[in-house]
Amino acid sequence: MTKNKNIFRLFVCVFYFSFLIFNFLALPASALSSNDLVDNANRYDGQVIEYQGEVIGDIMNRGGHAWINVSDGGRAIGIWVTKNLADQVKTRGDYNNIGDTVRIVGIFNRACAQHGGDLDIHANSLNVVSYGHPRVHTTNRNKLWIALFLFIGIVVLAVLPYVIKLRA
Amino acid sequence: MLLRPTNEDFRTIAYYIGRLTVGLGIIFIIPLITAVIFREWDRSIDFLIAMLASIFIGLFLQRLFPTRHDMNWSQGLAVTSISWLVAMLLGAIPLVLSGHYGSYLDACFDSMSGFATTGLALIQDLDHAAHSLNMWRHLMMFIGGQGIVVIALTFLVRGTAGAYRMYVGEAKEEKVLPNVIQTARFIWMISLVYLVFGSTLLTIIGMLEGIPFVRSLLHGLWIFMAAFDTGGFTPHSQSILYYHSFPYEIVTMVLMILGTLNFSLHYALWNRKFKEFFRNIETRTLFISTTTIFIVCTIGLTQLTVYPNWFAHLRKGFYQIVSAHSGTGFMTIYAPQFPNEWGCLALLMAIMAMAFGGSACSTAGGIKAIRIGLFFKAFIQDIKRIMSPGSAIVIEKFHHIKTILLEDRLVRSAFVILISYLFTYLLGTVIGLYYGYPLDQASFESVSASANVGLSTGITEPSMPNGLKVTYIIQMWVGRLEFMSVFVLIGLAIARFTGARGRSR
Repeated sequence: MTKNKNIFRLFVCVFYFSFLIFNFLALPASALSSNDLVDNANRYDGQVIEYQGEVIGDIMNRGGHAWINVSDGGRAIGIWVTKNLADQVKTRGDYNNIGDTVRIVGIFNRACAQHGGDLDIHANSLNVVSYGHPRVHTTNRNKLWIALFLFIGIVVLAVLPYVIKLRA
Repeated sequence: MLLRPTNEDFRTIAYYIGRLTVGLGIIFIIPLITAVIFREWDRSIDFLIAMLASIFIGLFLQRLFPTRHDMNWSQGLAVTSISWLVAMLLGAIPLVLSGHYGSYLDACFDSMSGFATTGLALIQDLDHAAHSLNMWRHLMMFIGGQGIVVIALTFLVRGTAGAYRMYVGEAKEEKVLPNVIQTARFIWMISLVYLVFGSTLLTIIGMLEGIPFVRSLLHGLWIFMAAFDTGGFTPHSQSILYYHSFPYEIVTMVLMILGTLNFSLHYALWNRKFKEFFRNIETRTLFISTTTIFIVCTIGLTQLTVYPNWFAHLRKGFYQIVSAHSGTGFMTIYAPQFPNEWGCLALLMAIMAMAFGGSACSTAGGIKAIRIGLFFKAFIQDIKRIMSPGSAIVIEKFHHIKTILLEDRLVRSAFVILISYLFTYLLGTVIGLYYGYPLDQASFESVSASANVGLSTGITEPSMPNGLKVTYIIQMWVGRLEFMSVFVLIGLAIARFTGARGRSR
């Protein structure tokens, strides 16, 4: 009876650890960089990867899906997402805003057969890690002084021939 | 014997550079207005400074070196070559003030790349750039594509013989119309007509592809300027890949092809002489070389199974080859994918496409189709001569707007430029190798810079050595002006010290 119990415990343990290992292999450990993905595209082709970065530019809706471009500071990569996932993005990065930072888990394609050979990621999930915010642009006052001096210089040069003529 | 240039020569050169500089300053009004419309106040001050600095320097030169003389050949060519350097230095002011550049050298690199319609870029964080900054980046391509001198001829300089000499210095030897001012105005007129149609079409496609109206309009305008002027700048770091749109790729491809055609051919088509399109030596050469290069490139790509299906091969391969051949530099792949995935054969084809370039008197760079065509015609003529009896006279003709007899002097001048390009390509490659880059990448980047293309294997980035940045700037400059005006400038500098005394006029 005890022997059977031990075998049962061993079986449960093996099953439990197999499950953990399977999950560990199925999901990537940490987000990959865009440079790593582009430089080693053959290595990651067709694999489930994790990628994190800022949504930049436009969300381009295409039927039930959408294209978003996500930049991690190195390069921007096109992400093919369902419209529901794309709707989570509230702010897109541009001159006035820092876009939402999103974490994407999806299939990386070196040359996507569905999208004419594009290097892209087909997202399985998209999570907003941090929300975007407006960018503050401060004006350097020294620039105004430089502009003023140049303007005065132009006025002087423009009237100079007339002044010389008058004196003559 | 070289004549030593006189002070009057330098005064004339400085005066006309001053006039061109004022013209450039006035153009800054366009990005300035853009900055005001989109409330980009900090950027608006940048453009105001650039505008005032250009006008100040221009006026200063005119006041300091007043002259009423017209330009002779060497003065006209020197004005053109120096004006491009002045334009680079002044055009870089708003770029460096924007904070998107690591140094003034980087800004100068992008400024020259813009004016020379190259498309190689060192800008950082492009995806957060202001609309006004993008307007200026693309406007530089539009101005440079038509020609800085062409603008001056249209608006500022009287139609004198000196004006024609400046025009020639900008690598536009052909006069579309008998008068050089009329030619300059025609170039602008046809470009503006295409601008309206091209931008509208791209705007509509952008909206259909999910981009809001205002951004579609701006992107349409910018992408048109970069495509028709075979420039290659884009408002986002992913180039044309940003749009993930096949229709966008088709339209940009058509615009790139239109941009690579000779303005004389545009004039013929404008006058409904459609047969000219099929008879012209340039269109024939472009068709043969593009088709041949694309076929060999496709063989190279399919051999390595780079793309999953024939459609992807066609879409990626043809787009990159058209972009390379037209000298545009738009990309629908990432720069490292060229050396990492394309393989040697396809990469070599891309290099050849870039090296050949588009038509003469167009916005494209490179050796030019007419020179390649003449070279092959001369080659065939020589073979015929060898095979003919000694007393036979072998005559070869070619058609370019009119039927022209192939003379030795034409072949000679084409050959001089061809050799100059090949030497420049080689020199850039050697310098690239010196800095430790592999041969394929060094040659690719060198040809891309010299032929004013803008495709990259990844060498061109802010961290590349300053020496290489300067090398590529010089390559872009001499490549755009097609050597002659730069040679004259060097000749003037040498003659200043070694030339014989006497009047050069």
